[in-house]
Amino acid sequence: MRDTVMEYETAKVLKLAREGKRVDGRALDEVRKISIETGMSENAEGSTIVTIGKTKIIAGLKIDIGKPYPDNQDEGSISIGAETLPLAHPDYESGRPSAQEVELARVVDRGLRESKAIDFKKLCITVGEAVWVGFLDFYALNGDGNLFDAGSIAALVTFNNAKLPKLDKEGKIILHEYNGTLKLARQPLLTTFAKVGGKIMVDPTYLEEKASEARYSAATTDDGFISAMQKGVGGSFTLEEVDYMIDKSFEIGDRIRKQIKQVK
Amino acid sequence: MDRKIDYKKTKKRLDGRKMDETRPLSIKTGVIENADGSAYLEWGQNKIYAAVYGPREVLPKHTANPLKSVIKVEYRMTSFSVPQRKRPGPNRRDQEISKVLGEALSRAVFVEQFPNTEIGVYVEVVDANAGSRVACLTAASVALADAGMPMRDMVAATGVGKAYGELVIDLNKDEEDAPDAVDIPIAILPNSEEIVLLQMDGLLTRKEWDAVAKLGIKGCKQVYEVQKKALVNKFELSEAKGKGQATKTVKKKAVKKTVKKVKK
Repeated sequence: MRDTVMEYETAKVLKLAREGKRVDGRALDEVRKISIETGMSENAEGSTIVTIGKTKIIAGLKIDIGKPYPDNQDEGSISIGAETLPLAHPDYESGRPSAQEVELARVVDRGLRESKAIDFKKLCITVGEAVWVGFLDFYALNGDGNLFDAGSIAALVTFNNAKLPKLDKEGKIILHEYNGTLKLARQPLLTTFAKVGGKIMVDPTYLEEKASEARYSAATTDDGFISAMQKGVGGSFTLEEVDYMIDKSFEIGDRIRKQIKQVK
Repeated sequence: MDRKIDYKKTKKRLDGRKMDETRPLSIKTGVIENADGSAYLEWGQNKIYAAVYGPREVLPKHTANPLKSVIKVEYRMTSFSVPQRKRPGPNRRDQEISKVLGEALSRAVFVEQFPNTEIGVYVEVVDANAGSRVACLTAASVALADAGMPMRDMVAATGVGKAYGELVIDLNKDEEDAPDAVDIPIAILPNSEEIVLLQMDGLLTRKEWDAVAKLGIKGCKQVYEVQKKALVNKFELSEAKGKGQATKTVKKKAVKKTVKKVKK
């Protein structure tokens, strides 16, 4: 039954796309309304809820003390995880992380990591012995497409507002006491596009993703760098299309960065 | 915690509460758009999202029951909801809690009306400070009513027990860590006072049990009042919006029915 409905709905998305239209009336290069809230979880070193249209996710950061990697004795590290909870959509299932969840987390991670926004050397406590390890996990609360950009915004805002734990004399974390923040060197953000019926649309909804033949994301920074790209799903893009999407990513990224600046 | 703390002397609890005073509780319905019913609950520092999907096809098929609907609860915590990061994915504690919560809710819902189906109940803790399972059960019950599920009663739950020499309601983390701590999650159908969830760790005398059981039932009834308020609020809100869509009207009626039923 659901499949029949889905088939009908995606057919509608495709038909409209060929005329250059979208089901929700948006322009092809129009992003849904974004809202950002922070600081909901007291136990987290940073937390953020991002909504893009009907898509809603929560991200939280835990910072712990870890051992440095043998090849980077003076550097801390971060790790990003993503879960599409069955709470968030009737099609999401629980269980081991799916390939989709792994890709989602890794693309969000790369955009941030490769931009060198976070200086891992500043996460060093004692060379060769103790470093800060940041675990950022984000969870879908309501899924309606484009978890990539939602995750990217949530990750950036969470790191922007992250508090570093305070250490006692023995080098142990004092719970709920903090000592400074992470200063990010730049502000990387992902922008994701779907190709539906040959047309390129930004910020795809769940149905648009279902109807899409290809997906593309680019992470851009406020100082003019591209820090990550990912093409997904079976179809293809021409170089002109990729160039168009990169330009759009900078333009849209800058707009969202302005909104992020207002977030406390 | 300090072993010298004695509630018999202080007459007040560590966070200033009276012995029979619960932490502030608030519940909101309709927070997850994709779900058939949902609720967001704040109970002290605890913050919980609950979503209900169903009745729907049972997966995997062999778990179906030809006589009734199977309520499948998934109790989960985000990695950042606790001071020490929790590894993602359900652990043994999550599995046990999910099981007992499902069993408690099965008594409240007329499951025999939907044979061969499942009702998926997903609860996600995004911030925790002791008592998250009873908070989840309370939220899940509201989400089920929000979904218009036929129910013989709500399930209202609370924590109760002993800390620092006194019997107390709704223990927080500091009290759960007391040397003499006793933690008793309890849930009832408030109208019949049937007990549908009861667990305990710690040492109690028979006399103490009698007193604490009374305290628990009293606490559950207070929780029930907040649950009813959340449902009435939802009904009034959708009324005020004056949405004429058929589906909304059906839902509203169902909620109204549920509220009436629980009021009896």
